[in-house]
Amino acid sequence: MLATRRWFGAQMDTVVTGRNEERLGLTRRDFGKATLAASAAAVVLTRAPAFAQDTVLKVGVLLPRSGYLAQPGQACQRGADIAATLLPELGFRVEVLNADTESNPDVARSRAEKLIQDGAQVIVGAFDSGQTTAAAQVCEQRGIPLVVNIAAAPQLTEQGYRTIFRNFPTSPTLVGNGLALMKDLFATTGTTPRSAVFLHANDTFGQANKAALDKLFPTLDMPFPMPEAISYDPKAQDLAVEVAKARATGAELVIVTTRANDAIMIVREMVKQRYEPMAVVSPGSPGMYDEQFYKVLGKYSDYCISNLPWYDPKSPLARKVEKTFKDKFPSDRFEGYAFNVGFTFEAVLIAADAFKRAGTGEPAALLDALRQTNLSEKIMLGGPIQFDAKGQNNAIASACVQNFKLRPTVVLPKENAEAAPVFPMPGWQKRA
Amino acid sequence: MPLDLYLNVAAGGLLTGLVYGLAALGLSVIFGVVRIVNFAHGELMVIGMYAAVLAAGSLSIDPLLATPVVAGLLFAVGYGLQRGLVNRFIDRPDHMQFILLVGIAMMIVNGLLIVFGPDSRNAQVSYAFDAIEIGPLLLDTVRVYAGGGALTVAALLFFFFRCTLTGKAIRACADNQLGARVVGLNVERLYAFTFGLGAATAGIAGCLMTLLVDVRPQLAPEYTLLSFIVVIVGGLGSMGGALLGGVLIGISEAMAGFILLPSMKSMFSYGLLILVLLLRPQGLLGKRP
Repeated sequence: MLATRRWFGAQMDTVVTGRNEERLGLTRRDFGKATLAASAAAVVLTRAPAFAQDTVLKVGVLLPRSGYLAQPGQACQRGADIAATLLPELGFRVEVLNADTESNPDVARSRAEKLIQDGAQVIVGAFDSGQTTAAAQVCEQRGIPLVVNIAAAPQLTEQGYRTIFRNFPTSPTLVGNGLALMKDLFATTGTTPRSAVFLHANDTFGQANKAALDKLFPTLDMPFPMPEAISYDPKAQDLAVEVAKARATGAELVIVTTRANDAIMIVREMVKQRYEPMAVVSPGSPGMYDEQFYKVLGKYSDYCISNLPWYDPKSPLARKVEKTFKDKFPSDRFEGYAFNVGFTFEAVLIAADAFKRAGTGEPAALLDALRQTNLSEKIMLGGPIQFDAKGQNNAIASACVQNFKLRPTVVLPKENAEAAPVFPMPGWQKRA
Repeated sequence: MPLDLYLNVAAGGLLTGLVYGLAALGLSVIFGVVRIVNFAHGELMVIGMYAAVLAAGSLSIDPLLATPVVAGLLFAVGYGLQRGLVNRFIDRPDHMQFILLVGIAMMIVNGLLIVFGPDSRNAQVSYAFDAIEIGPLLLDTVRVYAGGGALTVAALLFFFFRCTLTGKAIRACADNQLGARVVGLNVERLYAFTFGLGAATAGIAGCLMTLLVDVRPQLAPEYTLLSFIVVIVGGLGSMGGALLGGVLIGISEAMAGFILLPSMKSMFSYGLLILVLLLRPQGLLGKRP
């Protein structure tokens, strides 16, 4: 059968070649070679300007700007917008290409592909662990560097990828630092809860934090037994049942892994169900310092605690970013956006710095330069930005940030504290 | 675990379920009379939610008080949609009707995204954090208002269909379209009126839902799907069935979440749907075809 098809194919080739020879004076083989050469030339010519010019680094910023993660995604976008404005003033040449993941890992994957096709020489993103994992697969296949702004799932830097660089703590680091700060909080205030419950979103980030809590809790000699975990759909519109279940445990401390929307729903339900724990504490998740949290909950947002990486208000770069933020968004407070803006700005800065040192946007040179990163002028608390062999920055510190008068305020560690911590928090009904 | 905790969770599920039921009631009314499955139902509901949020944000009107205006607006939208578009597809094959309404749904969602953006918005009400204490029960005030509103609107709809001439005429159209034409009823106009009524019901459900959840355009397909689950469980075309379906879904989701795992809530509504499809395909209160 195969032989017959070959024979018919050969006959057909002869016929067609004969016709072409008569009409064009060009054999099919010549035509094929010419097409191949033209395609190769087209590829070289279209790619060439990006590498040949190398005056500007094209940074593809991949964020969930719509969908259920739109709120933090839009906050991160502000960091990218500020980077596009501020970095040229600081001597870096960057051009930001934006893409929306729609809060969906599949879309994140296709948008990462599109950004690379559009000429992005480095990808920055993607706020959420699930979406970042999808983008990381694309970047690894295409050999394009990915600088993670925010995503904590440990597997991102544990699967041997050569192109990933994460300037954000892993879940175990976040949770470990968060739990350690909780112990400091109890010691400082002289009050210790006897029980706790853990409410977390059932997505990649929430599951990673749950796994980290399960692993680290027995090793940290916490003053209460392992908290009961209650997971929920991150897209849930109503968390009444989840809070009722938490209330039924009678826990004195509520530990959460949230984002802004679910953090709002949890606190709102606690107020309605008159559940009065000693505190609501997040060991390393966003939500309770977001502007939306303050706007919606008002006085009920106060005294909630987030133990997480935070910006250094004394850093000169943080001040410049804050000033640009105020120029661009005069009606919003920097503190409510500082976490998302800070990490996203730093991610673009890392890429721009590597480009400046490499002197080219060629992927291999950029990857080498990224591995050599050593940035001491930065925004977030902790040591200089450096990456280990896995592409992880291990020098990011956490702070205990408590809301006072609708403002996130550093209360621990003592050397960075702006105010003393309040624990236990005043009851919901006792707030003026 | 104390019994009052179970009662509180069940009561919360019941009240939320009443709003689900009201949303599905609109879908059921349209299908029961016009025999068209409105795949843009959740989208109409979300338009109602945005109208309520705008009324609360710009004019400081409580979503409950905004319901008559929103109902009127959505009635006009539904009436116009039926007269202008859907009516031309009534005798066409099901797949054409499906594509038409899915197309309308997508246009609405994208239109809302263009106008309002992807962020969640909510209606701030003064009683958002209040609770009503009745013996061992601690009922969320907004949920009580939303559930009460849903029951009231459902009762008005029942009254309309049972006791008014227009309601009886609509039922006549639903029972026997040819007979209705023979006795001189303007079937096209009654169809449009019914579609408007269904859309208005979705709009009111949207207003009430605004008290419970934050609105964003992407909610629309979720509510369309939820309405389908509710009417299939209760019985497509049965008004009582829609309410019953809503309450069953509301309570089963709440109790499953409380007793088992909250992230398993949706599994239970789909489980209930499959069970009903297997054991009573016409729905709990539906008639056999």
